[in-house]
Amino acid sequence: MQFEHLPATQILIPLIGAILILVSRKNIVIWATASLLTLLTFINSILLYKQVSVDGVISYAMGGWEPPIGIEYRIDSVNSILIVLVSFMALLVAVYARKSVEVEIVAEKRPVFYAMYLLCLTGLLGILATGDAFNAFVFLEISSLATYVMIAMGKDKRSLIASYQYLIMGTIGATFYVIGIGLIFIMTGSLNLNDISEQINSMNTIRPILASLAFITVGISLKLALFPLHSWLPNAYAYAPSVATAFLASTATKVAVYLLIRYFFDVYGYNIVFEDYWLSMLLIILSIAAMIGASLVAIFQNNIKKMFAYSSIAQMGYITLGIAIANHSGLVGSLVHIINHALIKGTIFMAIGCFVMKLNSTTIEDFSGIGKKMPLTMTAFTIASLSLIGIPGTVGFISKWYIITGAIEKGWWWLVISIALSSLLALIYVGRIIEIAWFQESKTKENTVTLSREMIGVTLIASITTLYFGLNTELTVDLAKIAADSLLPGILR
Amino acid sequence: MIKISLLFLPILIPFIASIIIKALGGNKKLRELTIIVAPFVTLLSVIKLYSLDYGVKLVLFEIMPNLEIAFSIEPLGLLFATIISVLWIIASLYSIGYMNAHKEPRQDNFFFFFTIAITIAIATSLADNLFTLFIFYELLTISTYPLVTHKADPESKKSGRIYLIILLGSSLLLFLPALIYTYYLTNDLTFISGGIFTDAYANGDIGNLGIGLLLALFIFGVAKAAIMPLHSWLPAAMVAPTPVSALLHAVAVVKVGVFTIIKIIIYIFGTELLFKTSSTEWLIYLSGFTIITASIIALKQDNLKRLLAYSTISQLSYIIIGVAMINSSAIVGSILHLTAHATSKITLFFAAGIIYTSTGFTRISQMRGIGHKMKLTMICFTVGSLSMIGIPMFGGFVSKWYIVSGALSISNWFVISVITISTLLNTAYFIPIIYKSFSQGQSAVSYKKVPNSMLLATIASACLTVIIFLFPEFFIEVAKNVI
Repeated sequence: MQFEHLPATQILIPLIGAILILVSRKNIVIWATASLLTLLTFINSILLYKQVSVDGVISYAMGGWEPPIGIEYRIDSVNSILIVLVSFMALLVAVYARKSVEVEIVAEKRPVFYAMYLLCLTGLLGILATGDAFNAFVFLEISSLATYVMIAMGKDKRSLIASYQYLIMGTIGATFYVIGIGLIFIMTGSLNLNDISEQINSMNTIRPILASLAFITVGISLKLALFPLHSWLPNAYAYAPSVATAFLASTATKVAVYLLIRYFFDVYGYNIVFEDYWLSMLLIILSIAAMIGASLVAIFQNNIKKMFAYSSIAQMGYITLGIAIANHSGLVGSLVHIINHALIKGTIFMAIGCFVMKLNSTTIEDFSGIGKKMPLTMTAFTIASLSLIGIPGTVGFISKWYIITGAIEKGWWWLVISIALSSLLALIYVGRIIEIAWFQESKTKENTVTLSREMIGVTLIASITTLYFGLNTELTVDLAKIAADSLLPGILR
Repeated sequence: MIKISLLFLPILIPFIASIIIKALGGNKKLRELTIIVAPFVTLLSVIKLYSLDYGVKLVLFEIMPNLEIAFSIEPLGLLFATIISVLWIIASLYSIGYMNAHKEPRQDNFFFFFTIAITIAIATSLADNLFTLFIFYELLTISTYPLVTHKADPESKKSGRIYLIILLGSSLLLFLPALIYTYYLTNDLTFISGGIFTDAYANGDIGNLGIGLLLALFIFGVAKAAIMPLHSWLPAAMVAPTPVSALLHAVAVVKVGVFTIIKIIIYIFGTELLFKTSSTEWLIYLSGFTIITASIIALKQDNLKRLLAYSTISQLSYIIIGVAMINSSAIVGSILHLTAHATSKITLFFAAGIIYTSTGFTRISQMRGIGHKMKLTMICFTVGSLSMIGIPMFGGFVSKWYIVSGALSISNWFVISVITISTLLNTAYFIPIIYKSFSQGQSAVSYKKVPNSMLLATIASACLTVIIFLFPEFFIEVAKNVI
C-alpha cells in the first residue's frame, strides 16, 4: 500500500483541524475532534514511518515544485521516528486534556486553546518534516506563536508575564536563526537543506558559513533552552495550563534539538562543526552547567512545576552533551534520550496535572500523602521519576548508558563523573517529592473535583511505555543507531 | 525448555506471593498463610535447581547486544539462593509474631515490600551477568526503602534518606561507570570463571593501574557491603522493625553486597589476573581497617541493635578480606562465612527483637538480669555471640579457621593480627551482654508474653549455626566448586 502524499497530510491534518475545531463550542465535541485529529495524525505518522523504513528517504515536492527551488519535504530515518514520537505525545495529551481544560480554562477560550494546540502540533511536525531552511523558520514561528497563546491562557496571572517573556526570547531566537539562514542564502543561493549541504562541502571561503553556524546555533539553542539561554522556560512551564505544559515539555524542546542535530550533522556536516575543538568544548561545558546547575536549582524549588521545568533544562543538557561528544555512541544516546525524555516528562507533567487539579496547588508541601489518595497517578509519577534518575530497567538508563559510553570512548572521565553526579542530584529532588507523597500524612484539603478516567489511564500508559522501552530497546536504540549512521561521516560509524 | 523455566520459579513464586499479599489487603488469616507457605514453596523450587547443570541460562530480555537480563545457576549463586530461602522461612515465622505482638500498622504493605525484597534478593543470586546483578542490586535498594521508613516518623525518614542516598548514590556514581567501562573494554559482562578481562589485558587495553582503579570503583560502588567509609547507611537502617534488620540488613541486603563483590572478583576480574597484578592488596588493608574500627565503635554502643549493626560491618569485611587474599582456602572461608554469619547474626537480631517485645528494652545497660526470665532467648543469643567470636561448636569457627589458614599459607601477618585483635574485641563486646543478662540484681521489670513463633524461629536459627559447624562439608564442597 502506498500513499504518495503522506508527508503533506502529516502537516495538513492538524492544520485544517485547527480551523475546523473553532466551529463548535461544546467542550466534549471539541475534545473529541481534537483527539480524533491527533489520532489521525498519529496513524499518518506510523504509515509514514513504515514507508521510510521500507523505501528509504522520501523526498516530497510540496505543490509539485521540484527542489531545490520548491519546498521539499524530506523524511528519513532521523525525523520519521521523531514525527511518530511527537504525534504519539500529542495524541496522549489530547486524550488527557478534556477534564483538565474544563477546570483550568474558561469556557469561551476552550476552542481557541484546542486550536492553538493543533496549530502548535502543526508547527512542530512541520519543522521535523521539512527539508527547507526557511520553511523550518515558518513552522518554528507557527509553533512558537501558538505556544505563546497557550501559555498565556494559564489560570495564574503570572502566565501573562511568562508568555511575554517567552515571546521576547523566542523572537530573539528566531531572529538569530533567520540571520543565519540569510548568510547561508547569500553564500549558496539556496534554501534547500540538502542542496546547501552539498554546496557547503565544495566551498572554499568558509568564514560566512561559520558565522551562519554561530547564528543558527544560538537561535536554536534559545528554543531548546540550552543553558544559559533557558530563562524563559521555568516560568513558561510553571504557569501554563497543565495540558500545555505536558505537551510542550515532551515535544517543543525536542523538536528544536532535532533541528540542531540536522544542522550540525547534515547541513554543515561533522567536519565543519566538530573539526575545530571549540564548538564541541563550548557545548560540553554549557551542557554540564545545565546538568549540574539546573539540577541544583531544581532541588531548592517549592513549586513542583518549576522543579521539573529546571529538571527539563538539565535533561536537555544530556541531549546536547551527547551531540557535543559527537561520536556514534554519544549521538545514539542523544537521539534515544530525546525519545525517552519526551515520554518521561510527558508522564510527569500529566501526573502533576492530575495532582494540581485535585489539590489546587503546586506547592510541594501540599503534596503530602497524595500517594495514598491517588495511588495510580502517583505510581505513574514514581516510575517516570525513577526513569529520570536513570534507574536500570527504565528508559532513562538506556540513554545514559550510551552517553556515558560515548564519553568513555573519548576518554573523558570527568564527563562520566559529571553525568553520574547529575543523576545523583536528580535522585535528591525527585526523592524529596516521593518521600512527601508516599510517606507523609496528608494535611491539605483536596478539591471535590473528580478526575476523569482517561486522565489517569493516559498517564499510566505513558509511564508503562517508559518501562517498556527500558526493557525492549529494539525500537529506540536500533532506530537511533540507524539514524546516527546516516548522520555521521564514515569513519565515525 | 521446561528445565530452563525451572530457573525462573524461585523468582516467580515469591513475586506472586507478594502480589497475593497485596491483593488480600486486610484479610489477615489468608495473608499469614501465604507468608508461611510461600517460603517453603520457594525453597523447594531452589532445591529443584540442584538437579540442573551449571550454566543453564534463561534470557528474559536482551537490552543491548551482549547485554541481557538473564539468569543462570552457578555454585555460589545457588548456595546464596538456598541461604536466603531457608532463612526466609524462619524470618516469616518470626515476623508474623513480631508484627502482631507490636500491633504494627500497615502490615499488608510491610509484608508486600518484604516479599518483594526477597524476590529481588533471590534474583540477584541467580543473575547470569553483572548487568542483571546490577539491576536487581538497585531494585533491592528501592524496594527496601519503604521498609526502613515503615514507622513513618521523622527519624525513620531521615534514616531512609541516608539509606537511599548512600546506596543509590554510590552505585550510580561508581558502580555504574565501572560497569559501563568494563562493557566498553570487553563487550561482555557475563560471569565466567577466570574473568572476562583476559583479552583486554593481553591486548594492553587496560594496564595494572587500570585494573586496580576499576576494582576500586566496583568495591566502593557496592556500598551494600558496608566497607568503610561507606558504611553509615547500615546503622541508620536500624530504625526499621526488627524482622527487617534481621533478615534484610543482616542477611539479604548486606549479603547481596558481599556476594556482588565476590562475584566481581572471581568471575569478572578472575583471581588469576588480580593475583598477577596484585590489585587487591589495598583491599586487604581497607577491610582490615574496617574490621577493627567497626569493632571498636561497636564496643562503645549501648543500643543493642546499633551494636549488632557495627558488628555486621566488621563481619562483612571478614568476607571481603578472605576473597581479597586470593587464596583458595581463604576464599572457601569467605564463602563459609557468608553462611555462618547469616545464621548467627539473624539469631542475634531475633533475640534482640524478643527482648524488645517482651520488656521494651533497647539498651544494653537496661538488660541486667533478664536472662533469668528469658533463658531460651539468652541462650540463643549466646550461641549467636559465640559463633561471632569464633568458638568451636559454632559455624563462625569453621569459616574463621579457613580464613586464618589461608592467611597463614601466604604468611600474611597483617590479616592474622587483624583477625586476632578483632576476635578479642568481639569477645569484649559480646561477653559483657551475656554476663550482665545472667547476673543478679535487676530492677522491677514486667515481662510481656512473647508469641511462640518468635521463640521458635530464634531457636531454629541458633540450631542452624551449630549445624553449619557439624556438617560444613556441603558448604566447603560448594566453595571449592566456585574456585
